[in-house]
Amino acid sequence: MNGVHDMGGMHGLGPVEPEPNEPVFHHDWERKVFALNLDEHWLYGLELLLVEKGLITVEEMRSKRPAGPAPDGLRVLRPDDVPRRLRAIRAARMDEDVPAKFKAGEGVVARNIHPMGHTRLPRYARGKRGVIDRDHGVFIYPDAHAAGLGKQPQHCYSVRFSAREVWGAEASSRDAIYIDLFEPYLDPA
Amino acid sequence: MSGHHHDHDHDDVDAGPPLGDLQLRVRALESLLVDKGLVDPTALDTLIDTYETKVGPRNGARVVAKAWIDPKYRQRLLENASTAIAELGYIGRQGEDMVVLENTPKVHNMVVCTLCSCYPWPVLGLPPVWYKAAPYRSRAVIDPRGVLKEFGVTVPDDVEVRVWDSTAELRYLVLPERPAGTEGLREEQLAELVTRDAMIGTGKVEAPRPKAKR
Repeated sequence: MNGVHDMGGMHGLGPVEPEPNEPVFHHDWERKVFALNLDEHWLYGLELLLVEKGLITVEEMRSKRPAGPAPDGLRVLRPDDVPRRLRAIRAARMDEDVPAKFKAGEGVVARNIHPMGHTRLPRYARGKRGVIDRDHGVFIYPDAHAAGLGKQPQHCYSVRFSAREVWGAEASSRDAIYIDLFEPYLDPA
Repeated sequence: MSGHHHDHDHDDVDAGPPLGDLQLRVRALESLLVDKGLVDPTALDTLIDTYETKVGPRNGARVVAKAWIDPKYRQRLLENASTAIAELGYIGRQGEDMVVLENTPKVHNMVVCTLCSCYPWPVLGLPPVWYKAAPYRSRAVIDPRGVLKEFGVTVPDDVEVRVWDSTAELRYLVLPERPAGTEGLREEQLAELVTRDAMIGTGKVEAPRPKAKR
């Protein structure tokens, strides 16, 4: 999706504001936002999802009071479980034996595609030529997985793009951007 | 400029709803989830405590210091970062597939996530606000040297700047250069010098200043 989240190369978003001795959380509400696994962009999405999954009702959301018990069979996170759950690997890497289409050193071009669904191909890379730096191996393909189409394991490569290829002649001739790209985003150059 | 052209400012693109409103919604949602028994509030406190006091950039600093002291560890770290970092016990969410990028006199690496805020939690903790904010995410790829200057880092023209956009599941840690004048320091003393920004690639590690000056 060509959304505002895809920010690489956009202008006019102001200066970077590093903060010396930055605390992990600035306000108490940020602690809760993190612990509830939220983000300001996601709060609305979470509210919708909770209703969709039948965990809370629209009426409860409106009244801010529970109207009945939680559905049966839920596993609620308890403090004793926290260390174990945080160390649990949520592996996106897969053992599938998927043949790789590209090898390190080969030239590729990122496809100029604009899918409406989820994608990890940033806009600024589309249509640009790069070189495979390394093959990271096989991972769940997020574009398919987010659409509920299964894991569809794919190779993910680090692709090197020269700064000039992406940003033109004014960019440094020496610098480069390395982007992690899934095989379906790439054509041979 | 690539992509769309807008004729208005987007300074507030990442600001979201006003703070008060968001705060109220978070509070209302939290108490509803707790009241309904869907969330255990003490589990939330444990989660928060973990990232405030236990997991943070000190972990990454120990990895870096060990790599500076122990050439064999450095080699393992560059070849298979996930297992080398796990040797020190740092494993878990958002650190499943690690890659370590070594800065050299000729290459300076820096890390960004232009699509969201991907960050290696087990070694660096939670990302700073600037890392998640629009200015860094938009500019790190198009003007890395300008961004580095704002962090007080000037990269000479003959040094290559490599920006790593962590768009997928790999999480990156920069192995900064060991500063000159630290030859006599022990591993623990070296770890004290390593900053979070140096491991994101927006800073450099400085040798300790002589104490006499002040």
